[in-house]
Amino acid sequence: MRNAAGREIPEVLAGLKKVVPYQGPFAIRPEGRLTGPKIRMEKPRSEKLLKSIDQAIDATGLADGMTISFHHHFRNGDFVLNSVIAAIARKGIKDLTLAPSSLTDVNEAIIPFIEQGVITAIETSGARGKLGRLLTAGTLKRPVMIRSHGGRARAIECGDLQIDVAFIGAPACDLCGNINGIEGKSACGSMGYAMVDAAYADKVVAITDHLVPYPLVPISIPQTQVDYIVEVEAIGNPKGIASGALRISKDPRELLIAEYAAKVIEYSGYFKQDFSLQLGSGGASLAAAKFIKEKMIDQGITASFGLGGVTAPFVEMLEEGLLQAIYDVQDFDIPALQSLKNNPKHQEMSASFYANPHNGGPIVNQLDVVILSATEMDIDFNVNVITDSNGVIMGASGGHCDTAAGAALSIVVAPLLRGRLPMILDRVNTIVTPGETVDVIVTERGVAVNPLRQDLRDNLKEAHVPLVEIQDLQRMAYELAGRPDPIQLSDEVVGIVEYRDGTVLDVIRKPQ
Amino acid sequence: MLKLRRSMMFVPGNNPGMLQNAGIYGADTIIFDLEDSVSITEKDSARFLVRNAIQRIKYPSEVAVRINHIATPFGREDLAAILAVKPDLIRLPKAETAKDIQVIDAIITEAEAKQGFTPGSIKMMAAIETAFGLMNAYAIASASSRMVAIAIGGEDFIADLKTSRTSHGSELFVARAQLLLAARAAGIQAIDTVYSDVNNEETFITETTAIKEMGFDGKSVINPRQIKLVHGIFTPTAKQIQQAERILEAYQTALANKSGVIALDGKMIDGPIVARAERVLAYAAAVGVRKEADK
Repeated sequence: MRNAAGREIPEVLAGLKKVVPYQGPFAIRPEGRLTGPKIRMEKPRSEKLLKSIDQAIDATGLADGMTISFHHHFRNGDFVLNSVIAAIARKGIKDLTLAPSSLTDVNEAIIPFIEQGVITAIETSGARGKLGRLLTAGTLKRPVMIRSHGGRARAIECGDLQIDVAFIGAPACDLCGNINGIEGKSACGSMGYAMVDAAYADKVVAITDHLVPYPLVPISIPQTQVDYIVEVEAIGNPKGIASGALRISKDPRELLIAEYAAKVIEYSGYFKQDFSLQLGSGGASLAAAKFIKEKMIDQGITASFGLGGVTAPFVEMLEEGLLQAIYDVQDFDIPALQSLKNNPKHQEMSASFYANPHNGGPIVNQLDVVILSATEMDIDFNVNVITDSNGVIMGASGGHCDTAAGAALSIVVAPLLRGRLPMILDRVNTIVTPGETVDVIVTERGVAVNPLRQDLRDNLKEAHVPLVEIQDLQRMAYELAGRPDPIQLSDEVVGIVEYRDGTVLDVIRKPQ
Repeated sequence: MLKLRRSMMFVPGNNPGMLQNAGIYGADTIIFDLEDSVSITEKDSARFLVRNAIQRIKYPSEVAVRINHIATPFGREDLAAILAVKPDLIRLPKAETAKDIQVIDAIITEAEAKQGFTPGSIKMMAAIETAFGLMNAYAIASASSRMVAIAIGGEDFIADLKTSRTSHGSELFVARAQLLLAARAAGIQAIDTVYSDVNNEETFITETTAIKEMGFDGKSVINPRQIKLVHGIFTPTAKQIQQAERILEAYQTALANKSGVIALDGKMIDGPIVARAERVLAYAAAVGVRKEADK
């Protein structure tokens, strides 16, 4: 069947009870009740601290066929996921569904356990490198399920993704299981993604390298949600968890794109006192901070809040009074996590608060402006951030489609050409964010406004940016680099891209 | 309209990525370099890359090519390849005599005839990079009707002077002044040298402001990030434009009234002041901060 994004979706997909095609960003009216974890009971003065991960695995009753989860706040410094899965494998447990909030390069270490059948299904935001290639090869028993951060929170809360055991790397944890992410040698800042797992998993194991006496303050994940605690030597490598301050790019092309994006914001009609803003952490998206800041200072405008993955340039804006508050689902660098620890205007939030479309209102709905990156775009404004030009999984859905849908103005920034590859195609290989939620595409050679946004087209006439049609951008790219050959795909579905509301937006087919 | 050469951006001729993107930054002139930024072993590949880029890519800026000196084994080969695709401008490095210019002029004249290009349509500029060259600057600047600008090549020049670059720039002051005089005497533009510490914006701005005040028409840049800074300095302010408009208005009113002495805000307005005001407005129109129609 063909969905509303124009994609051909199989009637039946392994891993989905019912295939509901994407129907538009807000077309689905959810029904029913939220799910919840099994009821717990803890007697006074009982002991949660166990001696080892092995012991914790036994205590949770983990068995063949269950679903386990992890968070990715430690990024490439994570030790938890790999060590827990190795321990599970040693016990001979098989056929697990692995449902981390995302996978990073460091998680390549689990490839042998996928090949041995310890893990036979994966539901996550994305994967890169060898792991991405493995998932694209169709090694799993069923297609990998790709969800956005908001979509994952929704799936957990409504029971689409039922987690049996959540293993939570805890930078600081007390003897009753209260957790925060801002203390200890493996501090990662916000625990936003893990909060949802903790609240809904049947069993929750906190794994920490910074066990403190009771009580820990502040608390990000409360003791009421934690069953067991294991102390280990190290849960991560601090160097891989958070980098030094992320700096604004010096790449002239990224700066040019960022400058155009900032002008688009300035003239969009949304650049007003108390507007709100989210920036990505990469290249041109982050560089836009520099130009937006200049405009805010020049025009005496301050923003009500900044949102998202938090980086040093954003923290500087908070400290300079340009942002009144930051809402933080994850931290990318050391200044960001220090700010979360020290600045009361820097507020931690869960992935559900951030972006779940099926709750009382995620904060992305309050967002005026978001700047997002892209791998590929197409003439219908659809964006792909998951598969590369060979059709191989090499990225993550993240909060891309969540913020694009929530924000009043969603701007996608990307170079028109990467090497010899045009980045605006007839149709992207995989849709992660539907074009109807993308308002403006900004490249170094021109700015294209979605025809659905006539208001923006009018406003941007005065913006001193090279306004063009999306087809013109594509033509410029093709003139320079030629028309790319389409990726030859087989019929085998190796991935499902679920939209944030639980419908099927696209599938990833195995390249031939 | 005034031909602006505020920013002349060097682009190494052997870097395909940079050639592809050279047009997006808004430089007044792009200079594809076949000379110092290209090693001996890459001279031929750079020449072909630049030729193909000019042929295939529509650049929104003036396109110049810095060839190797005509006395080297590469200079004539550069011209043979590049002239066929009709660059706007040929830049000769290390010009020392009028003869250097005349030799190239003759080669260009021949190529224009052979290719059927309008005679004289390919322009020239030269960089003065030695004390000897500077002594001949006026002769070089006026050696051909193709000449539109002379530039100072600072690093080589300073080496020839046996000194080094300073932040205050006094080592280049005489040379800059003399180059400017030669350019003005010949009726062509004067372009300042590059500033290579691209992360030091503060000194770059100081230096560019100083050469603009001396009378230079533009500056060579080596990084796209420097373009906006140069343009900012060369663009007349709203206040300057307004003042120029008032001067011309007062001048025209006086002409209409046949009044002999013209004054504005208690200051006398005479020929040079009117000429300067006209130049400010022409410049403002050329950089697009004031439309021609507003005049």
